[in-house]
Amino acid sequence: MKERFLDGDPDAGLAWLRADGPNSDIVLSTRIRLARNLRNFRFGTRADADDRGEVLRLTLAAADAAPSLQSGRNVTVSTLDDTERQLLLERHLVSRELIGGEGHVAPTHTALVLAPGEGLSVMVNEEDHLRLQNIVGGFRLRDAWRDVERLDDEMGQRVPYAFHPEFGYLTSCPTNVGTGLRASVLMHLPGLVLTQEIAKVLQGISQVGLTFRGLYGEGSDVVGNFFQISNQTTLGKTEEDLIDHLQRIVQQVVQYETQARSVLLRDAPTVIEDKVWRAYGLLRHARSTSFEEVMNLLSGVRLGVGLKLIENVRVQTLNRIMIFAQSAHLERAARGRLPEGDLDVRRAAFVRGVLAAEESGAANA
Amino acid sequence: MLCENCGKNEAAIHLTQIQNNEMTTRHLCEVCAETMGLSSGGAGPSAPLADFIAQMGKAIASETATTAGTCPSCGLTLADFKKTGRLGCARCYSVFDTSLRGLLRKLHGGTQHSGKVYLPKDPTETDRTARLVSLRRGLGRAVDSEDFERAAALRDQIRRLEAGQEVQG
Ligand SMILES: [Zn+2]
Ligand SMILES: [Zn+2]
Repeated sequence: MKERFLDGDPDAGLAWLRADGPNSDIVLSTRIRLARNLRNFRFGTRADADDRGEVLRLTLAAADAAPSLQSGRNVTVSTLDDTERQLLLERHLVSRELIGGEGHVAPTHTALVLAPGEGLSVMVNEEDHLRLQNIVGGFRLRDAWRDVERLDDEMGQRVPYAFHPEFGYLTSCPTNVGTGLRASVLMHLPGLVLTQEIAKVLQGISQVGLTFRGLYGEGSDVVGNFFQISNQTTLGKTEEDLIDHLQRIVQQVVQYETQARSVLLRDAPTVIEDKVWRAYGLLRHARSTSFEEVMNLLSGVRLGVGLKLIENVRVQTLNRIMIFAQSAHLERAARGRLPEGDLDVRRAAFVRGVLAAEESGAANA
Repeated sequence: MLCENCGKNEAAIHLTQIQNNEMTTRHLCEVCAETMGLSSGGAGPSAPLADFIAQMGKAIASETATTAGTCPSCGLTLADFKKTGRLGCARCYSVFDTSLRGLLRKLHGGTQHSGKVYLPKDPTETDRTARLVSLRRGLGRAVDSEDFERAAALRDQIRRLEAGQEVQG
């Protein structure tokens, strides 16, 4: 029987939205990913169907037996329809590469194994055979690392990894070899953008060996003042070194952002208050909005909540809007594909509904 | 909308900023935004890689093409690698060893892995020793940085491994 991804758990993989982690008004989420390959099979781009099928079979058997993945769910991506694939992408649970690009046939033998509870998961047959991933809410690099490292040990005991004494864990792309570790932190930095300090900060970040990009991956615009900061190198330093370094730098950026916000409130209170409440008013009353507009408005409201200008909206609610106002999520709620114009109307109605409920909830509390 | 900095390219990045208590929105193209440190375009690891692979391609062409042409396990050639930036299998790392070292130094600043050491299901004595060395190194550093929670976890792992019980769970 075909398993529907969200059957029984509409929030699968979204524990990080709870916004109860440290610094969660500025740091939305922390993600650590480990790239691993099986020793005796060709890597992603050179693997044929037999290789891929066997890698999938071995990996699912290992995942079935791994304690961290007990009572999780296996999703065979090739059995999903377009909306379901897109939905996984919107939740940051899979890469575009795993599900196949828009209008492309999805690669065969790809799967996602999702642990219950927090955001631990395994992508199978992406560019590398395995991508072990952990997403947690707030700024929690060490927590994210501890759980994904345990999963790595559990999987590595059950399938033979490709490991080289000098080069470490072998990966399809030489940019990932060694630790195979990519740690990233998703930050909301409106204060630094508004005070025009952001260019300096981002330049500083690239000078200390970290990279940054917009929320939606490579080449994406800086939408809604969201930035993802991650380590650039993976070979030559220990996992703890890579994580500690990122930890220190992100800590500093959090401080800069906090300072920038108080400067704004001190020097331009009217402008800020106006911006924040206009954003809220549009989200609360608009009748048709694109997702990009929602993201930009959410940024304003989020800033208002962080500055305590808006007191009856929770960060968690803003996080939920960010995920559930995306197209595949709206289509799933509507149980069918929607034309572009309908989507924008439904999106606006959805956002109005969530904020109205929040207002009345706050009034009742 | 055109980029307000160069006036030539389509604006792709829209930044709202505040100056002297006045709010302005700037519309910039990818190129201008990048020179101001605002874009994601060239900052990722792909740029130096593409760069390097191109250089390596030239160097290889000038070498006598006798050294390690094709990986016997996956059939990858250096030309394939140059085109895709992807290696084909574990064996590729030995076959293209010489060329890869330069690339790895350029990408990561070195070639020696110093992180976690893989421990297979049925480890040889060498596997076990290598893992123990890396765990002990980690323990030393955890103690130095007064991360006692991590130190305790590492000590447990070391004890289990020394007792010959490497399976965790
Ligand atoms: Zn321009
Ligand atoms: Zn090969």
